[in-house]
Amino acid sequence: MKLLTTPRMDQCTGCHSCSLACARLIHKKLSWTCAGIRIESSGGISSGFRAIRCLACDPAPCAEACPTSAYSQRKGGGVIVRKKLCIRCGACVPACPVDAIYQNAQREVFVCIHCGRCVDFCPQNCLDYEKIGTIEEVLL
Amino acid sequence: MISEQFRILYYDLGRKRGKIVHHQGRNRYIGGSGLAALLFHLYGQPAKSWGEAEQPFILTIGPLTGLFPLMSKVVCAFKSPYHDQYTESHGGGRAALAMRFAGLDAIVITGKAQTLSCLSIGANHIECKEAGFMRGMNALASGKLMRRMFSASSGHRSILRIGQSGETGSAMACINIDTYRHFGRMGGGTVMGDKNLKGIIIHGDNDFDQPEGDYAKLYKKLYTEVTATSMMHKYFDLGTPANLEPLNELQSLPWRNLQTTSDPAISTITGETFAKDALLRNAACSGCPVGCIHIGYFREKSLQANRYHFHQVAYDYEPIFAAGSMLGITDSFDILRVLDSLEKVSLDAMSGGVALAWATEASERGLISENETLVPLRFGDTDGYIKAAAFLGKGINDFYAILAQGTLKAAARYGGGEFACVLGQEMAGYATGELFFASQSLGFRHSHLDTGAYSWDQKNTDKDVDGAVDFLMKDEEDRVLLTSMVACLFARSVYTPEVLAECLDSAGLPGLAASLDESGEYIRKLRWQVRFATGYNPDEVVIPKRFYSVKTWKGEIDRQFLDNLRREYGRRLQGFKVPLDEHTADKER
Repeated sequence: MKLLTTPRMDQCTGCHSCSLACARLIHKKLSWTCAGIRIESSGGISSGFRAIRCLACDPAPCAEACPTSAYSQRKGGGVIVRKKLCIRCGACVPACPVDAIYQNAQREVFVCIHCGRCVDFCPQNCLDYEKIGTIEEVLL
Repeated sequence: MISEQFRILYYDLGRKRGKIVHHQGRNRYIGGSGLAALLFHLYGQPAKSWGEAEQPFILTIGPLTGLFPLMSKVVCAFKSPYHDQYTESHGGGRAALAMRFAGLDAIVITGKAQTLSCLSIGANHIECKEAGFMRGMNALASGKLMRRMFSASSGHRSILRIGQSGETGSAMACINIDTYRHFGRMGGGTVMGDKNLKGIIIHGDNDFDQPEGDYAKLYKKLYTEVTATSMMHKYFDLGTPANLEPLNELQSLPWRNLQTTSDPAISTITGETFAKDALLRNAACSGCPVGCIHIGYFREKSLQANRYHFHQVAYDYEPIFAAGSMLGITDSFDILRVLDSLEKVSLDAMSGGVALAWATEASERGLISENETLVPLRFGDTDGYIKAAAFLGKGINDFYAILAQGTLKAAARYGGGEFACVLGQEMAGYATGELFFASQSLGFRHSHLDTGAYSWDQKNTDKDVDGAVDFLMKDEEDRVLLTSMVACLFARSVYTPEVLAECLDSAGLPGLAASLDESGEYIRKLRWQVRFATGYNPDEVVIPKRFYSVKTWKGEIDRQFLDNLRREYGRRLQGFKVPLDEHTADKER
């Protein structure tokens, strides 16, 4: 089992290529928000950037909050998402302690599924896709 | 998902009312430069002054914005306070993607707000908030405050704002975009200020279904190309400042008000020096993996011993020329200090630096004194320029207020027109030769980016007037296609017309893909038609004497060649001076 990690965000230039890749490849969207990883400036661009993403809770509060089992616990942390089961209630959104779940205007919810497909689209090498157990430190 | 129709927000500040307008014509006007020219034709008043309330302030993006890498810029179009004619300025930051995800191809703002205001725009909201308390606030403080006033969409919004120069009627006032980018030239900041518009915040708070078919595959191919090629090295590593040393070597870098074109002091302000000493980090426009924005820093000592704070300032080739070599400043941190002063009052760095260089030589020659400049101006004297930049931005006395209207305006009052470094507007940092001087002085935006003339000068020694002007005409047409998309011009080697057609096809716009050639030529003509309708006359363009005494690697400027180029380029441009009638039908759709 592997997890998406963001160990070198101090190199981030804020290009949003990771978010655009997730939206494009996973969710078939053109968006910089409908994505499992979203980039925000930490108090204006002068202060650098941070990644808003799932930190792979185990047990995951969002899975516990989901009334339809659209979210279920992923082995090693995070959630398995079954979109067809989602009724767009949004109960998962406030359940996430790190604000990692995004809900759009159509009430669809988006969370990282730890597939690692965004990693190749970071031009600054900020992201990694690492085996559980080999992650030295959680960085944002 | 990209519609054949343009979706345009039209907002009247006077009435505080907006409306969404759908407009046909994607295959003809594309977006960006083409759409802006059409919108000025539809909503502008060519014969009336730039300051009339009904004149539009226009922002446009292109059909590929957000869909492909480096499709990341915005065209800002308006009737310019600098020459009272139609113009464009281009900028990046987050503005392009914010407009895309707000679902808008264009924003047209007319009227004047009753009090100083900020306009907030998103996919599902429009709000004009009074902000009289922001009067006199600098551009950086304004950005900080706007982030608090409009807290939604953090990271996915763009903040456009002006500093004091936009409020005092300066024809050199820029618009600061997201702190480190700008709509720099031709006084767009004063157009906002005149409309009582301190800031615009655009929230990119919606999403769209992506195009079907091969879109994702094509994206990956282009992404790989732009990140694997020399483009990353050229624009990310040292960035455009890498050109300082070679241009100095070629005797093409203006120093001390263009009194010379090369100086051994270059060694302390090269791209390498900036990267080694002053570079804090890089940033990117949203949707661009290249990350060409270089942010430098400088420390400032507080009044107390051993207390410091630091400032962050973006730098590039052009600002280093304008606040460095042109002013005789040869320390990287000192250059950043002057740029910071220009940034705060939101003066265009190139225009402000070149104007102060003229003021310095005028002081040396005794045409003006400290009665006018308030501080002594001497080439290389950083502290004087920091203060003078603020005075110029605030138009603090008659002298600075006139200089802020353009160096030639000040020269008309005080003398010294022969050494005013003005080519349509204050020069860009390329003393490369005759073709660049002709191109900037006559070009559509009076920008070094109108054509690749500076590059032509560096590679050609022949004096074939027709061949050189053929190059300008063809290059402008190619570039207008890119500025209609609105691509970053750094990507011009990647986005050939064939690749653009492939992208448009994958984005679901096969009609436009098939008609690109005609659209490029059509838009180039339309842009010039609109400019001519607002009073442009290439025969009135003057190239000051200083440019004729420049010496480059090719030797002294050839007066006859330069004049012939100017005449021939002007003659060709006059060919676009035809009525705009054919677009009237579009007005009625």
